[in-house]
Amino acid sequence: MTPEELRELAARRREELQEFKYRLNVCLAAGCQSCHGDSVYKALKAEVESRKLEGVQVRGVGCLSLCAEGPLVQVEPDNLLYQRVRAEDAPELIESMYGKPLKRLACPTDAPFFAAQKQIVLENSGRIDPESLEDYLAADGYEGLMRALTEMTPAEVIAEMTTSGLRGRGGGGFPTGLKWSTVAKSKGAKKFVICNGDEGDPGAFMDRSVLESDPHRVIEGMIIAGYAVGASHGYAYIRAEYPLAVKRIQNAIKQATKVGLLGEGICGTGFGFTIEVRLGAGAFVCGEETALIASIEGKRGQPRPRPPFPAESGLWGYPTLINNVETFANVPPILRNGGAWFAGMGTEKSKGTKVFALAGRVKNTGLIEVPMGITLRKIIFDIGGGIPDGKKFKAVQTGGPSGGCIPEEHLDMPVDYDSLAKVGSIMGSGGMIVMDETSCMVDVAKYFMEFCKSESCGKCVPCRAGTDQMHGLLSKICAGEATMDDLALLEHLCEVVKNTSLCGLGQTAPNPVLSTLRYFRHEYLAHIQEKRCPAGVCKIKAAAEVHA
Amino acid sequence: MSDAPHILTLKIDDQDVSAVEGQTILAVARENGIAVPTLCFLKGLSPVGACRLCLVEIKGVPKLLPACVTRAAEGMEVTTDSPRLREYRRTILELLFAERNHVCSICVSNNNCELQSLARAQGLTHVRVPYRHPRLGVDATHSRFSADHNRCILCARCVRVCDEIEGAHTWDIMGRGIDCRVITDMNQPWGQSDTCTSCGKCVHVCPTGTLTEKGVAAAEMKKRQQFLPYLTAMREERE
Amino acid sequence: MSAKIRLATVWLDGCSGCHMSLLDIDERLLDIADRIELVSSPIMDVKGFPENIDLTIVEGAITNEEDLHKVLAFRKNTKLLMALGDCAITGNVPAMRNTFAIDDLYNRAYVENADAEKQVPGAVVPRLLDRTRPIHEVVPVDVYVPGCPPHADVIFYAIAELLEGRMPDPMKMGKFG
Repeated sequence: MTPEELRELAARRREELQEFKYRLNVCLAAGCQSCHGDSVYKALKAEVESRKLEGVQVRGVGCLSLCAEGPLVQVEPDNLLYQRVRAEDAPELIESMYGKPLKRLACPTDAPFFAAQKQIVLENSGRIDPESLEDYLAADGYEGLMRALTEMTPAEVIAEMTTSGLRGRGGGGFPTGLKWSTVAKSKGAKKFVICNGDEGDPGAFMDRSVLESDPHRVIEGMIIAGYAVGASHGYAYIRAEYPLAVKRIQNAIKQATKVGLLGEGICGTGFGFTIEVRLGAGAFVCGEETALIASIEGKRGQPRPRPPFPAESGLWGYPTLINNVETFANVPPILRNGGAWFAGMGTEKSKGTKVFALAGRVKNTGLIEVPMGITLRKIIFDIGGGIPDGKKFKAVQTGGPSGGCIPEEHLDMPVDYDSLAKVGSIMGSGGMIVMDETSCMVDVAKYFMEFCKSESCGKCVPCRAGTDQMHGLLSKICAGEATMDDLALLEHLCEVVKNTSLCGLGQTAPNPVLSTLRYFRHEYLAHIQEKRCPAGVCKIKAAAEVHA
Repeated sequence: MSDAPHILTLKIDDQDVSAVEGQTILAVARENGIAVPTLCFLKGLSPVGACRLCLVEIKGVPKLLPACVTRAAEGMEVTTDSPRLREYRRTILELLFAERNHVCSICVSNNNCELQSLARAQGLTHVRVPYRHPRLGVDATHSRFSADHNRCILCARCVRVCDEIEGAHTWDIMGRGIDCRVITDMNQPWGQSDTCTSCGKCVHVCPTGTLTEKGVAAAEMKKRQQFLPYLTAMREERE
Repeated sequence: MSAKIRLATVWLDGCSGCHMSLLDIDERLLDIADRIELVSSPIMDVKGFPENIDLTIVEGAITNEEDLHKVLAFRKNTKLLMALGDCAITGNVPAMRNTFAIDDLYNRAYVENADAEKQVPGAVVPRLLDRTRPIHEVVPVDVYVPGCPPHADVIFYAIAELLEGRMPDPMKMGKFG
C-alpha cells in the first residue's frame, strides 16, 4: 500500500472508533490475563451482546500500567479506570456507563502513579488493540516510517537519531545514533537488524509489555533501522517464555506484510525489509548480543570476545545492528516528531523516558514510564505509593543481576545512566525492585549470585567457576559459618570475576555483592562476627550448635 | 598500490616489536620470546578467548583483553605481566583446580599436563578457594581412548579440533555454567558414537589428563600436538 | 651458630611417602642434624605435644577428629608451619573420598568389604570429619612444599632456606604431583 492508502485506512478506523459512544478497554496483557482479565473481557462482551447495546465497544488492549490492581478496565469516553474487576462485575460496570461511576471498583487516575508518568514508548499501551494494525495506524502508527522512506535519506534518519540523543535501552546505554551510523558505514554484502527481546532480568517485564501492548511500534522501529543502515532482513529474537508477546508480534508481522509494510517495495518505495521471529530457549546469557547472534545462527548460545563488534561482524559474519525492544519502540515517535523533540526531554546525557517494571515491596507495582532525571524517591514514594504495611524502606535494586542496591541516602539522585553508575548500580533494562527492612541484603546478594551462577554459559573460567565459588561463600555467610577470611576471599573473587570475565554477564555478576558490601557492610559483619541476621531472614544456628 | 602486508609497530612489555596487520598480540609476543600463559589457545585451532589467562593490559583501554584474539595495532602499548595480571591468573588457575578433581599424583598426564605446568610457572602454592569435589564419571567405552571428566577444564580444544580439523564434530559441550560437560554426539557413550573416526586428535590436543589413550599408567601419557600446525599449514598451502 | 631450632614433623592423612622423601635427603641430613632438635615425629616415640616449636612440618590432609586435634595443637605451639606434599596442600588422594557420603564410606569399608565383624567401629577409631581438607583450610600455613611426594632436593632446599632465616619459594623447584 502507498502512504496515501495507509493513511486512508487510518482515517477509516478513526471514523469507526467514533461510531462507538462508549468503549470498554480491557487489559489483556500478561499481567491482567494472569488474574483472569480474559474472562472479564468475555463477560463484558457477552453482557453487551445479550443486552443488544448499540454504540458500545468492548476492546482488548495492552498494558494499563497498574499491574498490582489488575484486572484493569478503562471506560471511554470518561476515561474512568476500574481495578480488580471480576467477571461478575460485568453487569454493574455496563450499567455504570449510563449512570454514576462505579465507586466500588474505581481506580483514581489522578493519583501520582498516573500523573507523574510520561508515556512515549507506552503511548499506545492500553489505548489500542494490540492485535489490530488499523488501531495502530489510527494512532499515527507507521507515520514515522513513511516520513523516513518518503522524505529522508538513510543518512538523515541516522542524523535524526543522533540528534535525539537516544541511548540503548537494553542496559549498556550506548548512543543509538552512533551504533546505527557504525553499521551503516560497515561494508558487507548483506546487513541485518536484530531486535533483542530476550528480556531475562528477574522482576523485569518492560519489553514483554511493549511487545504485548504495541507490537507494530517495534516492527516500525526495526524497518526504519533497516532503511537507515541498509539492511533488508531483520530478526525479532524473543524469549519463548513470552508466548503472548510472540503471538502478537507474529500476528503484527503478518498484518504488516499483508499491507506491504514488510516485504518488497515498502510503501511503494524501492526499499524492502522482512522480519522473522526467533525464539529464545530460556538462556539468560542470550540477551548478550554475541550469544544472541550465535543462538540465531543455530549454535550454542554463548558469547564470543568483542571486538569485532556485531556492527562490523555480526550475524553470519555480516554487519549487524542489534537493539533492544524498548530502543526500537522509541524510534517511531522520534521520526514522527523529530530528534529535537525527543532531546527536549530528560537530562543532558540521558534523553527521553525510561520504562521501569516497578516491583517488590512497594504499594503500586506495575509498568511505569518516567522522564529521565526523575528521582528514585519520586518513583518509589509518589508513583509507587511507598512501602506497604508501615515498613521502612531499605534499598532499591536496579539493573537486575548486573545492577546494584541503592540505599536511602541516594534516593534524591536523578535517574540517568551516569548517576546510577556512580552509585554502583546501572540503569539496566529497567527492572526496579524495592526492598524494605524485612530484606536481608546478604540474602539478596546471594539470590542474584545464584541466578548468575545458574545462567552462566560456562565458557570462560572466571564466570563459570567464580560465580559458583562466590555463591558458596555467600551461602556460608548467610548460614553464619563464614570467617573474615571468607569475606576477604569473596571480595577478591568479585574483583577477579569482574575484571576477567568474557562477557557482560560475568563482568557484572559481582555488582549486587559489591553494592551491598558498599552500603550494607554492617549486615555482612553481623552475619560473620555476631552470627546474626539483622533482618531475621537467614537461619543461623545458635553458636553452640555450630560444628567446630 | 602493492599488496605488501601492512607492518605495524607497537610495544610489548616496553619492548619495541613489529607485527603484520591482522596478527594477534599473542602471536607477536611469542615471536619475540615474550611468554604469555594460555590454556584454551592452541595454534591451529580457532581462538575462543575462554580461559582468560592471556589477558593483557593495553594502555588507554580500561578493560583487560585476551591476547589470543586481540589484534595488534599501531602504537599499542601492551603489558603482559604485572602484579595485578599475575594475581588474576593465579586466581583463575585456583578456580580451575578447585572446580573438578585434579589429583596430579595419580594422573596419566602427570608431568605432561599444561594445567600442572602453568600452576608451577605462575607460582601457585595452594588453592585458596574451597575444593568442590564433584562426583564425575569416566567414559571408558571407546576401545582406544578414555575421557575422565574429573580432569576436564572445558577449554573446548577437543570440540574445536574435531569440528575444524577432523570435520567430525563428535565433541560438543552440554549444560550451563558449573554443570557444563564435554559430550560425544548427543551425550552418548564415546564408544557408541556414530561420528567418531577414532582419529585421536582430541586426545592429543587435550591439555590435561581428560582425554587419554588407554593402557598408559600414571605419568605415562605424552601428548603429541605437532600434527596440528603441520596439518593446518598443508591445508593453507593447498588453498 | 647457637641455639638449635626445635623441629617437629607430623603425619596426618597421607601415605608417609613425604616422610620417606624427607629421609631421602640422605647424607645431607647430617648437615642439618646439628642445627636442629627434633622434638616430635612419627619416627620418634613422643607422647603429647611439645611446646615452643620453631618449625612444624605437616604431611597429610585433615580427615578425622584426631588429625584436626593434632594440627590445631601443633599450630598453637609452632612459629612456622610447613605443609609438606600434595595431601597437606590440596587434599590429594585422601580427599577423593569427598565425592562420597560418609555413611557410604563407612559401609563400604567396614561392612561390604569386611570378611568378619561386619560393623562400623565406634569410639576406638577417630571419627571422620564431614570432608577431608587441606591444612590451610583449617590453620594458617607458612610454607608450601608441593609434590607427591616432594623431591628430597625440594625438601632440603626448603629446610635449608628456613635455617638460614629466608623464606623459601619451593614452587621454583617443585610441582604438584
